[in-house]
Amino acid sequence: MAGSSNILVSNLELVPGRRVKTHLGVVQGSTVRAKHAGKDILAGLKNIVGGELTAYTELMQEAREEAVGRMLAQAASVGANAVLNVRFATTSITAGAAEILAYGTAVVLE
Amino acid sequence: MQAFFEYFDLLLFVVLLALGYGIGRMNEQRHYRSIRQRERELAGVLAFGIRFPPDPKTPRDCVLVTGSVVVSSDYFKQFVAGLRTLIGGRMAAYESLLDRARREAMLRMKADAVRHGASLILNVKVESTNVGGGMRGGVPAMEVFAYGTALKPPREAPRAA
Repeated sequence: MAGSSNILVSNLELVPGRRVKTHLGVVQGSTVRAKHAGKDILAGLKNIVGGELTAYTELMQEAREEAVGRMLAQAASVGANAVLNVRFATTSITAGAAEILAYGTAVVLE
Repeated sequence: MQAFFEYFDLLLFVVLLALGYGIGRMNEQRHYRSIRQRERELAGVLAFGIRFPPDPKTPRDCVLVTGSVVVSSDYFKQFVAGLRTLIGGRMAAYESLLDRARREAMLRMKADAVRHGASLILNVKVESTNVGGGMRGGVPAMEVFAYGTALKPPREAPRAA
């Protein structure tokens, strides 16, 4: 999920064998996504028989990558080389739209 | 013919209910089989909720691994759950749905760790969110998202203890 960026992302509070040199504070990234109507109709049909809604799964994954990407951009702008203790939060805003937030502590590792 | 149009709504309801029950049940059983099989395959990948690595001194690469799934219930389950809200109590129909979703998300997270060459995941968190529209408009759907930090094995060969 970290993508092409070389910033380390982890939800632990430390990185084994490496010391944290500087704490740079909280960085975050978020995005709000809505499903498009066509997919919603297909999902509505799928809803009769139940099971996984693949289109929604992909949508949420893309949204999460976007949120992490924004968080990493912020981390890069403050000169961090790692983001630790990353957490995710998801909130559904209205019917069919969700906000995804990723946040963590930007640090400089030795 | 006229009777057909008169009772069209009822007929549609019964057909949807039957479809939901038949196909939904089949899907669920197939999914559970696949879950059990993959759980056996990925049994070597250990996932823990602890926040600190067992040996914080040894340098190890770590990477965030994730797994998520969005599931919806079938028409039959929604109907049964609707009846259930009248008398309250255990909603077995939804329990199995969320159980499946959670195990699936966990399995995808483990598969992600395997892709990164890791077999240990720490600080595993699981969160679930309602992503559907709920009652009106949207489709009732739940997302389950599991994430954690996968630790890759130490780069140098482990010393004999």
